[in-house]
Amino acid sequence: MAPTTSAPASRGRPPAAEGAAGSPGGRRTRRRVAAVLAVLLLAAVVIASLAIGSRPVPPSDVWAALTGGEVSGPDRAAVVDLRLPRTVAGLVVGAALGVAGAVIQALTRNPLAEPGVLGVNSGAGFAVAISVAFLGVTEPSGYVWFALVGAFLTTCAVFVVGSLGVRSPRPEQLLLAGVAFSAVLAGMISAIRLSDPERFTALQAWEAGSLRDRGWDVIVPALPFLALGVLVALLLGGSLNALALGEDRAASLGASVAWTRGGAILVITLLAGGATAIAGPIAFVGLMIPHAARWLTGPDQRWIMTLSFLLAPILLLVSDIIGRVIMWPGEVPVGIVTAFLGGPALIWLVRRRMVSAL
Amino acid sequence: MSTPTTSPAPALPHLPPRANRRRRVVVPVATGVALLALAVLALGLGDYPLTPVEVVSAFSGQDGFASTVVLEWRLPRVLAALAFGAALGVSGALFQSLTQNPLGSPDIIGFSSGSFTGVLIGMTLLPALAVPQTVWALAGGLLTALVVYALAYRRGVQGLRLIVTGIAVTAMLQALNVWMLLRAQEEVAMSASAWAAGSLNLVDWDQLLPSLILLVVAGAAVRLVVSPLRQLELGDDAAAGHGLRLEPARLGVLVLGVALTALPTAVAGPIAFVSLASPHLAKRLVGGAGLPLVQSALMGALVLLSADLIAQHALPTALPVGIVTVVLGGSYLVVLLLRGAGQRR
Repeated sequence: MAPTTSAPASRGRPPAAEGAAGSPGGRRTRRRVAAVLAVLLLAAVVIASLAIGSRPVPPSDVWAALTGGEVSGPDRAAVVDLRLPRTVAGLVVGAALGVAGAVIQALTRNPLAEPGVLGVNSGAGFAVAISVAFLGVTEPSGYVWFALVGAFLTTCAVFVVGSLGVRSPRPEQLLLAGVAFSAVLAGMISAIRLSDPERFTALQAWEAGSLRDRGWDVIVPALPFLALGVLVALLLGGSLNALALGEDRAASLGASVAWTRGGAILVITLLAGGATAIAGPIAFVGLMIPHAARWLTGPDQRWIMTLSFLLAPILLLVSDIIGRVIMWPGEVPVGIVTAFLGGPALIWLVRRRMVSAL
Repeated sequence: MSTPTTSPAPALPHLPPRANRRRRVVVPVATGVALLALAVLALGLGDYPLTPVEVVSAFSGQDGFASTVVLEWRLPRVLAALAFGAALGVSGALFQSLTQNPLGSPDIIGFSSGSFTGVLIGMTLLPALAVPQTVWALAGGLLTALVVYALAYRRGVQGLRLIVTGIAVTAMLQALNVWMLLRAQEEVAMSASAWAAGSLNLVDWDQLLPSLILLVVAGAAVRLVVSPLRQLELGDDAAAGHGLRLEPARLGVLVLGVALTALPTAVAGPIAFVSLASPHLAKRLVGGAGLPLVQSALMGALVLLSADLIAQHALPTALPVGIVTVVLGGSYLVVLLLRGAGQRR
């Protein structure tokens, strides 16, 4: 466990070291600087993702391949047919998971909540397991619709059980319903998985979460859902801020608690469901990024969402690049790399008291 | 969503105090009776079926083959289900109370993932050592718990920091586990996954007795932390104001919680969900505030025993009990949520 060594260095520092977030003026500057830096970093990461891969292609040829210049066939194929869709997949999946994570943590005010907690991952996983076990589907492009439908149906069920008998879905009840449904489905997935070696291998690969072989035929079906999700999230920002003050005060500020919660659940379904449909369950991005964004910007949900939208694809794409080269010529699925990059970072943040309670 | 005429719903089932008090007696007793009935049923079921009367008379030890079947073969498994379920239930209640989080469970400190990592290392990287799975599981789990505690420690351990550190370490270990599974041979990966689901198939007296004794000791020790835990629930400042020494109290709860998870995991593998669901089931059945430790233990035992019955006898193919606990416990939680909603309306 590497992070232990870095611990003593940070111990002596007073908590005031991160005081820049304290004053309103300082926070405003800090937010803008963070946003600009995030955009620049994201651009750099996108370029790197196009340029780096198991097949060495010189940068000039990458550029030529993208702009339609003269390049050899295999080089063009590597860049245009493999790396370009893969990079786009990383961008949209990352952004979706980041925003979904920010919204679920704002909705439940629970730092343990991640986009999968409402049953999205297990719902998608269960549908994929069914498609593998009973319909013989074996390609990511075949999974995508199953995953979308499974995620959507499960979240609907969670929403219904979580909001029955109360005026608006109550966070704790929702979390419990999500946990309960996820558990039931996860159990059935394991049963399917352990019943047959062939299914085991296929599902194991899907459950690791990867951007490999995600062509346009996987990305495009999910795009409308993701776009709608981001749009609704943008509209919700202010009401989520009001909700953070507590139900009563939110109501007195004119925010409809029921509509806000319903909208938030819709956002999570669309974004997390779409992302999972493309890449499989990728843990941790949606959990970790909002913590980092909150540390950078303070409690304003609109800023947390914006920064999560920018930071999450950075984490995902960097992880994907590392996954492509670290075991060259083999690959490490991106979900595994995100955990190993994000884990130590999260521990470092929480030890320096940069992770704030909700 | 709901009809506009309803008044704002109360947070808990609105029962008059007397009904609530009665419920606190009736529910545990009813659970206990159900447990006893299920245990007798479990002792009778199998390739050599016995009626409940035969089961009871087999306990005398004078019934020849029937006594052997009941006392030597089936009793260890039933006792394991009861004891491990109860231990996991209490462990979950302790963690939920300690972290003040409804999603809190021993898993957050990484024990299950760590024990699986240990077993995977034993099975895939160092099979030549021939160290038993139990040892790998305990070593991996305890080491992980220790690392999480050390990383979360900074002039004391506080709920949020423990949770977040636990999430981070667990995520890394799970990633490592998936990676090892992907690289392992198919049969090894499948049998490792079956272990990770948790199973009571191989429990016998030799394995059970030591862990039973330790579980009884740990269970007795839980009584010592009940009152500090109630004070901690009021918040750190209030607890400190009452003269409670926060760190030793938290550490005590943590050690007990981990011990109550570690013993079942070492013998049966990480049985998911019992520790998360049992306290919620208990709270929903008993109602009221406070920590329903006894009822959590009973619910844990009930979930695990009935799951093991189903896993053994009701399914076309034998499945690890952990898969059934998850499906059964989850469905039961959904039912309770639905019923609670009905009552509130």
